[in-house]
Amino acid sequence: MLDKNGIAKRIAKEIKDGYYVNLGIGIPTLVANYIPTGINVVLQSENGLLGMGPFPFEGEEDPDLINAGKQTITTLAGSSIFDSAMSFGMIRAQKIDLTILGAMEVSENGDIANWKIPGKMVKGMGGAMDLVASAKNIIVAMQHVNKAGESKLLPSCTLPLTGVRCIKKIVTELAVLDVLPEGGFKLIERAPGVSVDFISNATSGKLYADDDVPEMLLD
Amino acid sequence: MINKVVVGPEEAIKDIKDGDTLMLGGFGLCGIPENCIAALVKKGVKQLTCISNNAGVDDFGIGLMLQTRQVKKMISSYVGENAEFERQLLSGELEVELIPQGTLATRCLAAGYGMPAVFTPAGVGTEVAEGKEVRNFNGKDYLMEYAFEADFALVKAWKGDTAGNLIFRSTSRNFNPVMAMAGKVTIAEVEELVEAGALDPDQIHTPGVYVHRIFQGKAYEKRIEQRTVISKLAD
Repeated sequence: MLDKNGIAKRIAKEIKDGYYVNLGIGIPTLVANYIPTGINVVLQSENGLLGMGPFPFEGEEDPDLINAGKQTITTLAGSSIFDSAMSFGMIRAQKIDLTILGAMEVSENGDIANWKIPGKMVKGMGGAMDLVASAKNIIVAMQHVNKAGESKLLPSCTLPLTGVRCIKKIVTELAVLDVLPEGGFKLIERAPGVSVDFISNATSGKLYADDDVPEMLLD
Repeated sequence: MINKVVVGPEEAIKDIKDGDTLMLGGFGLCGIPENCIAALVKKGVKQLTCISNNAGVDDFGIGLMLQTRQVKKMISSYVGENAEFERQLLSGELEVELIPQGTLATRCLAAGYGMPAVFTPAGVGTEVAEGKEVRNFNGKDYLMEYAFEADFALVKAWKGDTAGNLIFRSTSRNFNPVMAMAGKVTIAEVEELVEAGALDPDQIHTPGVYVHRIFQGKAYEKRIEQRTVISKLAD
């Protein structure tokens, strides 16, 4: 079973040379720490920056330079700054190759719910609805089951939706799964030491697995 | 050159009245019109509808106008960082309309570009789509979203000139240029106000035609919401 860093590490292997990538808040942010060396990747922050660098050194933080999580950051050689409309323009026009974000639920037809729990204080969808509606490639990073032990991979979402039929791949602490175009989750890889049965029991939506499902390679 | 300069925030906002709709630039606390917000609190105008990506924190930004109960309605994409906001929302004192961030930006852009509506896929199949016209283009559904109408846009720039031309700095640009274009009356506060001619025309982000009043702001706090740093000792 993987920890959060393990999930981030596995997702980082999906990032290819030349990709422009938008990372959401939470586990997706950790993915930046594991981008393979030797490839060129540009991180987008939807408040208006391409080429997000690491946190600044203490004393060098700039209140005018933050990411979408409102954290102080830095730019890199080749970075560019733009307004919010252009930022979502490039997302809508599919100039961003890969979006990685967290979720509360994903359904077997690729619907995602990640912004609202009825009865709780709703903070808002931020840029999530724009990202999931437009991105050509979305990977969800999340825990396989919620704190109550219930599966987050469902036949259909129970929470208010963020987007419909948009998720293609999910990486959890247990597995890598694809969402099939005709519906259902296809088990692609198992976390080290985790059995297909265990994953199947933790998956409430339809799960398809071949006879031999390989373990993830993390290094 | 037409001179847009007013002496300060009090004069700039003098005709904002109860019930007006305002746009306020900024992302979190980055690039917010600090001086205009302070002047609005002092003036005490009420029943305002505020279009802004966020609602500030309890003791800064739009949060200051919430403390004084000046806001009737917020139109935002994310409002998480504010306990007073939550209290007013749950007690029914405050109306909130949450809309996708890209939709928010694009509805400003549409207003500034003279387009009555735009089509975006954000929110298709979700509760955001309720009551909205859906159009299919090339096999994909889009929602029709209307251009915003705002009585005033309050924006913050780094530099500006007497003709109202604006230059923004770093990610404090965010919603400011699109809101500047969208207000019926746009008020810009700048860190440094210079004579017309002192800024390179090639470097202008917002042309002065969109800006009706400009003044040099004072005492910018520029609060940081999440101070994330790498310790130099780590090396």
